[in-house]
Amino acid sequence: MSSMSLAVRDSSTMLRRNLLHARRYPSLTLNLLLTPVMLLLLFVYIFGGTMSAGIGGNRSAYIAYVVPGLLLMTIGSTVVGTAISVSNDMTEGIIARFRTMAIHRPSVLIGHVVGSVLQSIVSVVLVGAIAVAIGFRSHATALGWMAALGVLVLFALAFTWIAVGMGLISPSAEAASNNAMPLILLPLISSAFTPIHSMPGWFQPIAEYQPFTPAIETLRGLLLGGAIGHNGWLTVAWCLGLTALGYFWSTSKFNADQK
Amino acid sequence: MTTPTGAAISARGLRKSYGDKTVLDGIDLTVPEGTIFSLLGPNGAGKTTAVKILSTLISADPGSGEVRIGGHDLAADPQAVRAAIGVTGQFSAVDGLITGEENMLLMADLHHLPKREGRRTAAELLARFDLVEAAKKPASTYSGGMKRRLDIAMTLVGDPRIIFLDEPTTGLDPRARHTMWQIIRELVTGGVTVFLTTQYLDEADELADRIAVLHDGKIAAEGTAEQLKRLIPGGHVRLRFTDPATYQSAAGALPEATPDDAALTLQIPSEGSQRALRAILDRLDSAGIEADELTVHTPDLDDVFFALTGPVPQAGESGLPSELQEPAR
Repeated sequence: MSSMSLAVRDSSTMLRRNLLHARRYPSLTLNLLLTPVMLLLLFVYIFGGTMSAGIGGNRSAYIAYVVPGLLLMTIGSTVVGTAISVSNDMTEGIIARFRTMAIHRPSVLIGHVVGSVLQSIVSVVLVGAIAVAIGFRSHATALGWMAALGVLVLFALAFTWIAVGMGLISPSAEAASNNAMPLILLPLISSAFTPIHSMPGWFQPIAEYQPFTPAIETLRGLLLGGAIGHNGWLTVAWCLGLTALGYFWSTSKFNADQK
Repeated sequence: MTTPTGAAISARGLRKSYGDKTVLDGIDLTVPEGTIFSLLGPNGAGKTTAVKILSTLISADPGSGEVRIGGHDLAADPQAVRAAIGVTGQFSAVDGLITGEENMLLMADLHHLPKREGRRTAAELLARFDLVEAAKKPASTYSGGMKRRLDIAMTLVGDPRIIFLDEPTTGLDPRARHTMWQIIRELVTGGVTVFLTTQYLDEADELADRIAVLHDGKIAAEGTAEQLKRLIPGGHVRLRFTDPATYQSAAGALPEATPDDAALTLQIPSEGSQRALRAILDRLDSAGIEADELTVHTPDLDDVFFALTGPVPQAGESGLPSELQEPAR
């Protein structure tokens, strides 16, 4: 068997294992899904009345403003679960068994990543459906929707690989949860909830030069119309860069000698 | 699968240290094909480290010599070594979140067995290890003995020719332990080589063709159980008295005995035969002495083990000549 088909075969076996875990124990996934749903309802109904004034519109304009960020935050929240489950999984004896088998090594991690990206997309679709139910409307074409989905998948892939690395360096589930916390906090300091120009001047670069902001702006452009500009390329660059970084970080951690 | 030397496992000068703590201090191992080799040692002797190195989990220190497993160079081609071996580690290497059957099918998939063959192999092994009833339950709900059986069943899916078992019976109840012994014996009749670590002497005595005693990162002794037992002096008869006066007169009647004044015991070297015992009893009778307790001690692996691996918990109990006892650390 060539090494490529070995990689594909072992990775799909590991994916099946991962999905089996997710199906048997859905509570973690559901818990993590709660955060973006709550935030969506919170920002639209509780803060929405006041916040909408800040962007010069009404409540439904604010829904449109906040949904792209919340879709990405859903991914941030799902990958915290990835970090936790990778960290948990590494304490299982079966991982040591995998290491002593003639399998494609990264497949253990690829199984986690693909499973987690699928979970992210399912969660994004659920949050998106709730958004539509409470009044989110998009006039995007089918192509626009496809492009938006592509951005979300790419974003999920990048953040999942980073989360896998965080899971690998975390000795326990608690540590993994803490280490992955920035992935939930980053969207709060992006253009997700308020426009960047409304933030203090010294803070604006921090909000602007982080992966969430260009991705949010790209999604806004795709779903709501308006200029995407350089944000599209920036988003793709961020995602590819983080994916590569996460992949090499994670696989080198996984291949390192165990204590 | 044959190496030039005909050994399934050979290692020269295996070294491993963590920081300034030396775990393995240059050990040599040779395990012929189709035999059971037991690495025996107390907790912390380095048994698990040795298994981890030989099963490709961790790498040996740079100063180590060549290691060949199933004819493959461990350092140069770990993936070929992995294809030849099966490992059952000290802590059960099963996926607790999925069922026993799913664990087996996972192994079949990872060994790239065709679907139908994988199902058949899984079903056969589940039946062989008496796990059919539990097959649909999550492995985390299994008892210790069941987990170990599942663990070994999973190890056997790929039909490995060399199997590492790291303390396979630690924590098992006596019945599960005997079941495990039976399983290990059956493996070898199929021509499989077994590398077994244990801290139980009776287990090594029962199963192993050759035993190496690991102590302080070195092989303190190696050989068959019989050879190891010959390393230490023969058995003895021990007489215990409660009355100091009787003890004194017995010591007079048996001048060759080693007295222990504090415990009021006498130790007479003896191979423990009926004739030898009768001779001792006759001499006691003719002196009109009655011992309160008589025990016959034949040398077993315990003696070897304690003699080789350090301080004896109760010096009076073991009957070892003091020169074989290492000073307490």
